[in-house]
Amino acid sequence: MTAKATTSATFEQDVLQAEGPVLVDFWAEWCGPCRMVSPVLDQIQSEHPDKITILKLNVDENPDLAMKYQITSIPAMKVFNKGAVETTIIGAKPKFALEQDLAAYIG
Amino acid sequence: MSYCATCDGFFFRERVIAVVGGGDSAMEEATFLTKFASKVYIIHRRDELRASKIMQERAFKNEKIEFVWNSEVVDILGDEAVTGVVLEDTVDGSRRDLALDGVFVAIGNDPRTHLVHDKLDLTAEGTVWVDGRSSRTSVPGVFAAGDVIDPTYRQAVTAAGSGTVAALDVEHFLAALGEAGAPAPDAAEIDGLPGAEPVAKVDAA
Repeated sequence: MTAKATTSATFEQDVLQAEGPVLVDFWAEWCGPCRMVSPVLDQIQSEHPDKITILKLNVDENPDLAMKYQITSIPAMKVFNKGAVETTIIGAKPKFALEQDLAAYIG
Repeated sequence: MSYCATCDGFFFRERVIAVVGGGDSAMEEATFLTKFASKVYIIHRRDELRASKIMQERAFKNEKIEFVWNSEVVDILGDEAVTGVVLEDTVDGSRRDLALDGVFVAIGNDPRTHLVHDKLDLTAEGTVWVDGRSSRTSVPGVFAAGDVIDPTYRQAVTAAGSGTVAALDVEHFLAALGEAGAPAPDAAEIDGLPGAEPVAKVDAA
């Protein structure tokens, strides 16, 4: 299962008004580490479909959101809960490290 | 704070940023960043650059670049994001703030060769000296590969390639000693090797 995409148009509904925690992965095609971490996020989403929602946001296509959330380095993963950013993870990491960072959500 | 213009330049469109450094890397990064930023300061602690003439001229000609000479960054300002830096004048010691949206560091790299200091010859750049394009160091039987021998390219792929060079050099070296081609003995049969113990799971934090 691949994590779905979100965009400026759907962000409000997909992320800010979502019921549970949503991890937004800010990425770009030209960013090597982003592409490395993408399948890892897909795996985490498959393994924990009910605990957290993982959505991918392309910063080239949605620069307004990248600016709004002060993204200066990618990959950047922000976990939103009730519309506010709760956790920020910057940089590509191996799966076990990401799972540790997200332990509060995925257990 | 960023250490890579090509990675993060994109996020500083129409912003005011600074590159700290005076060498070719700093000039290259600063020039690249003018594609995005509205203004790029180059902050250097002396009044002349060590960058090559042609790189210097390119930077001098660029209208978006402003040089800040004889200045050292002594503090970075900002909580969640960079809002500026505190500069100290290297001539008279006075300090001033410079408002910025981002800082890129391009002051050079120190190769991590401490392990072999005083054992292997080093180059002027501090990397391990190797013979031409081989991996042979100043000590026969010792071979070096990767960024530790390469002050110029420093890419994952060039490092991996130099590892292959080293592997082949080792093979030739052993062949010259008459050892190559013999199958490796079973580890359990070699006296003096420590027994393999399973490693406890390492906490990644």
